[in-house]
Amino acid sequence: MIALAHDTHRPPADAPGARPLPPRRRRRAVLPGFGLSAAITSLVVTTLVILPLAVLVLRAASLGPAGFAAAAWTPRARAAYAVSLSAAGIAAAVSSLLGLVVAWVLARIDAPGGRILDALVDVPLALPTAVAGLVYSALYVKTGWLGQWLVPLGIHGAYSFLGIVLVLVFVSLPFAVRVVQPVIESLDRETEEAARILGAGRSQTFFRVVLPALLPAVVTGFALSLARALGEYGSVVFISGNMPFRTEIAPVLIVARLEEFAYAEATAIAVVLLGLSVSLLVTVNALQQRLAANSQ
Amino acid sequence: MSIHVRDVSKAFGSFRALDRVSLDVPDGALLALLGPSGSGKTTLLRVIAGLEHPDAGTITEDGADVTERHARSRGVGFVFQHYALFRHMTVFENVAFGLRIRHVPRPEVTRRVEELLRLVRLEGLGGRRPAQLSGGQRQRVALARALAIRPRILLLDEPFGALDAKVRVELRQWLRRLHDEIGMTSVFVTHDQEEAFELADEVVVMNHGRIEQRGTPAEVFDRPATPFVMDFLGTVNLFHGRVENGRAFWHGIPIPVDGSDGTDARPRPARVYLRPHELDISRTASPSGAESSLAAEVVRVAPAGSVTRVACRPCGADADVQVDLPAERARDLGLRPGEMVRVTPRTARVFPVDHDYVI
Amino acid sequence: MNRPVHAAARTPTPIAVTLVVAAWAIVGLFVVVPLASVFREAFSGGVGAWWAALAHDPDTRHAIWLSLTVAPLAVVFNTLFGVAAAWLVARFRFPGRSLLITLFDLPFSVSPVVAGLALVLIFGRQGLLGPTLAALGWKVIFSWPGLVLATTFVTLPLVVRELLPVMESIGPEEEMAAVSLGANGWQVFTRVTLPTIRWALLHGVVLANARAVGEFGAVYVVSGHIAGATDTMPLRVEKLFQEYRQPASMAVASVLAGLALVTLVAKFVIERRLGAESRERQAIRAPDDPVVEAARP
Repeated sequence: MIALAHDTHRPPADAPGARPLPPRRRRRAVLPGFGLSAAITSLVVTTLVILPLAVLVLRAASLGPAGFAAAAWTPRARAAYAVSLSAAGIAAAVSSLLGLVVAWVLARIDAPGGRILDALVDVPLALPTAVAGLVYSALYVKTGWLGQWLVPLGIHGAYSFLGIVLVLVFVSLPFAVRVVQPVIESLDRETEEAARILGAGRSQTFFRVVLPALLPAVVTGFALSLARALGEYGSVVFISGNMPFRTEIAPVLIVARLEEFAYAEATAIAVVLLGLSVSLLVTVNALQQRLAANSQ
Repeated sequence: MSIHVRDVSKAFGSFRALDRVSLDVPDGALLALLGPSGSGKTTLLRVIAGLEHPDAGTITEDGADVTERHARSRGVGFVFQHYALFRHMTVFENVAFGLRIRHVPRPEVTRRVEELLRLVRLEGLGGRRPAQLSGGQRQRVALARALAIRPRILLLDEPFGALDAKVRVELRQWLRRLHDEIGMTSVFVTHDQEEAFELADEVVVMNHGRIEQRGTPAEVFDRPATPFVMDFLGTVNLFHGRVENGRAFWHGIPIPVDGSDGTDARPRPARVYLRPHELDISRTASPSGAESSLAAEVVRVAPAGSVTRVACRPCGADADVQVDLPAERARDLGLRPGEMVRVTPRTARVFPVDHDYVI
Repeated sequence: MNRPVHAAARTPTPIAVTLVVAAWAIVGLFVVVPLASVFREAFSGGVGAWWAALAHDPDTRHAIWLSLTVAPLAVVFNTLFGVAAAWLVARFRFPGRSLLITLFDLPFSVSPVVAGLALVLIFGRQGLLGPTLAALGWKVIFSWPGLVLATTFVTLPLVVRELLPVMESIGPEEEMAAVSLGANGWQVFTRVTLPTIRWALLHGVVLANARAVGEFGAVYVVSGHIAGATDTMPLRVEKLFQEYRQPASMAVASVLAGLALVTLVAKFVIERRLGAESRERQAIRAPDDPVVEAARP
């Protein structure tokens, strides 16, 4: 197999490909069920995903540029976008940071009750958001369990911007943890040990070796949290107080418009929100491909 | 059952896995498809099994065209490289699967499966799950499962690839005996020439989706048809030289060219191949004269079981020559690195320079 | 989860202690305290009051019944879709495949409210199919079919997302082997595919069910919020909250929270099975273990 005196002259590897391919027959799959599964999948995706969202966009488009701007860009709508984006942005950032701590403990430290901690992280995925909203508002009002201490200090966790951020952190925390955790588990400890041997201190090792390796996962977790937080409705509606211009998020405004039968305005705001979600989804996909490529 | 593959081509995207391959497998033969990875050997096997559909060409079995027949109704026994055992079923249920699909009556299933488990020496393990078996045992379950449907063709994809060296040798001797007992047409894929030579009646060497050579192990090894086959089958010393009157010239000394009748007097450039075991080492010039041997310095001596591998550097050359001596002879000579010896080539194989190839 | 074996033997560093305390504080503040608070508030008036709030209010009883109908229906649709979609994407290569995978994820990133609105624009009275449905006498929006559609949309990715990675890591070889042994499509699916993906499928079903029972935004928009007719349990929680009937609201919430806890336990059990199967999968592909081989008869 090994030529000892190596021959240097080799023709390019693609030489046989120079001849034309023979005509292709219709490909037949060996595994069954292509037709059936393709039919079911395309039926569901078309009727349930593509068609409704297309109708939404077409409805908005039928307003014309001026009509769309008038419907989607009212002062109240602009305020709602601002509240939505800032609350979701802050919540996603907080989630990412807190999620990193929790993920690190779950992945690296044999903490007391580690398994329970691990299971509790998934509570927000299983608990209905309406329940979360209800109980958070009950906790942070003046008479609530936590509110009785916090409100006298001037910290209003219910019917306020802070309340929105709190429930959004709750809702997005599992995403932030679960994206980062497997990456920490797969980190090569020898790299850290090599850094330590080369004289790096504990914090230098973390900030120069560990964090750069985790950053794509943290950013992906942030984007997922942001996407989740931007669209959240059920929990926020309980705790925000829904005051226009101050604590009204975009989804709440959509519902408000809908209940006034102002379909055009509701649709226009929904399309803005949809655009944000889709661009976030595209970003997350790109990030996750980077993440997969890095881990190989 | 005989198999005839005619002008079969198969491409995956722009990668051409099979390029107009034709192959006849006679009834009852045990044939090895040998080649490096990407040579198309596994694709050819899967095309024969109906697991891949060829882009062009036909497959016939005993004269019947089966190209368009679905893998389900080919009735071919196939042993997958990683065995593809049904992990959620017991060994017994794995072997019984094909029989249950065919609605074979229960007592008959039990009888046949137990017979097969005896055949593959797994009696008593029918209740185990694949995860509870060793690699060699899984391999034999896969074989029993393929044999259960009484196929007239047995196809094996790298049957010993995932096993450790010792088990591998045991299993392939056992498989050879099994083939001789059952006598069905069998084709297996391997990248290991030792495996191909030990097990098969005939070896088909493949490269780049084409067949380079087909023949008995002895034919393929002794008379490689192409430089690729020469190179692929074990270590070779290769140099560019000159051929004249049936003799190749190496550092000025003539070597008889294998298979040449000596009639071609025209001198021409050639690639000359010397197998390590076709070179000899001695301390003094051989009786036939100094002109047939070359002075060289011993560089390295490495005992490797029945042979001892010696690397020599001919005087004035810039590359080492590999010589395999029988261990006994090496012991008698007592070679040491740094000492001067005579290297005598017994025979050489020559391919014209324009007969080029790629791996 | 991989736990370092040697960690217990080491004395914990101050940093490790700090991190563990921080993690428990985070999860405690954001998860444990609210969860405990649901039950504390729900039972603050005693078990009798809790039971009365649930059982003696016909609208609440109807909401519980409606949730227990709508969620399973959505889960059934999702299971059928999820299995078909995972089979299609994991076993075949075709143009548009990666776009399709992205479309599977779309319902996760679209706000449920936006999804509900889109359904209203199609099936509502002013919607695309509104006149047709009215002529047929079918009511989708402000009725249970709308609830099922909205819930199915929101939970659509859950089953596929669970099946896809498992099916891709198992690979098609076992199914190919079944085909070469003579199995037809249905036999391949029921005898080989389904048994190998059953835990992943169950995992997806449990998650989809939890999400379906708890869905609020999309359902809120399409339901019309009619008490005793189109209110599901989460909608009932909100209605009671708006009516300043906090104890009753908390009682319904506690049932939902209880369901969430059951989901978590089920999820935990299923994940252990999934973990065991994935380890088994790796072991089966790993090179031979000579110790085991030596024990061969």
